Amino acid sequence: MLGIILAVMLVLSAVAGFLGGGWEEISDAALGQCVKAVELGIYLAGSMALWCGLMRVAERSGLTRIVSRAMSPLIRLIFGRLDASSEKAVSLNLTANLLGLGNAATPTGIEAVRRLEKSSHPRRNTALITVINTASIQLIPVTVAAMRSAHGSAAPLEILPAVLVTSLCSAAVGVITASILFSEEK
Amino acid sequence: MTAANMIVPLIITFILLFGLFRRTDVAGEFTTGASEGLKTAAELIPILVLVMTAVGMFGASGASAHLAEWISPLAERLGFPPECIELALIRPVSGSGAIASLDELYSRISPDSFAGKTAAVLMSSTETTFYTIAVYSAAMRKKLGSRVFIAAAAADLTGFILSPLMVRLFIR
Repeated sequence: MLGIILAVMLVLSAVAGFLGGGWEEISDAALGQCVKAVELGIYLAGSMALWCGLMRVAERSGLTRIVSRAMSPLIRLIFGRLDASSEKAVSLNLTANLLGLGNAATPTGIEAVRRLEKSSHPRRNTALITVINTASIQLIPVTVAAMRSAHGSAAPLEILPAVLVTSLCSAAVGVITASILFSEEK
Repeated sequence: MTAANMIVPLIITFILLFGLFRRTDVAGEFTTGASEGLKTAAELIPILVLVMTAVGMFGASGASAHLAEWISPLAERLGFPPECIELALIRPVSGSGAIASLDELYSRISPDSFAGKTAAVLMSSTETTFYTIAVYSAAMRKKLGSRVFIAAAAADLTGFILSPLMVRLFIR
């Protein structure tokens, strides 16, 4: 599926190239973005090393057990019953998302995927954690609020309630759709 | 934004202090976890090269502007501000592209206009879906196929449709 979407994007770019003649820009992008990807990987490596290290400390000191106990009613609602280690990983990922940690949510999400692959409904559960992470539930939209204030908005944070309701609704639709699509895994 | 900027440093400090308080080998455990994180990051780079090259070509080709032009009459009928269409098209595939698109939009229209607020809600309530799926799939042994894309697309579409409605409802 990833391959099909990439192919569609490449065909559309080529069509736009024939229509608009922007071949130079497209070619620069192709040669430049592969370098950017490795740069992003290195950037990600830094934050993954930091957060995976911190998560390991939190795990060993018993902090994750406390967080996961607080989040467990919500997790049971979405995933049903999970084993303790999956529940811990999922609760850390949800917490990182809520706090708007961005890149710090990625290592916790990958850890959650690895644990959920060993759970009783591996496909449904890994799909659910992926969809939840694509829905961007965060309490304070920091980047956008900063951009609004930079462009002279009178009240940059007035979008907050609308953002929260919209992202909760879209996450709910994603979770329900994934639960239905992967429901044969009983 | 000071409150938001406090979150990360305070979390780092809190986790390390909590570890010390519980007599955990903080430095030793940190380095074990960090080296695992580095390995994971290195495994992600190949898929990032493929995805970002295609996304970059798509962005540079101007295809999204053409698509936005075609979709605009339909969007207008649904009450979706046409100024936000290009942002909605870029948002799922490229995070930095979406930031650039929002910045360009705000240099043309006020962030406090209806379209400006809708753009902000749309930007904050959806993620770089495509990239997130690519990264998470790379970490999986069993692949999920097209169904996870359908579920994520349903979530994104809900976000796009609700953004202007919620702006009307909460802010006007």
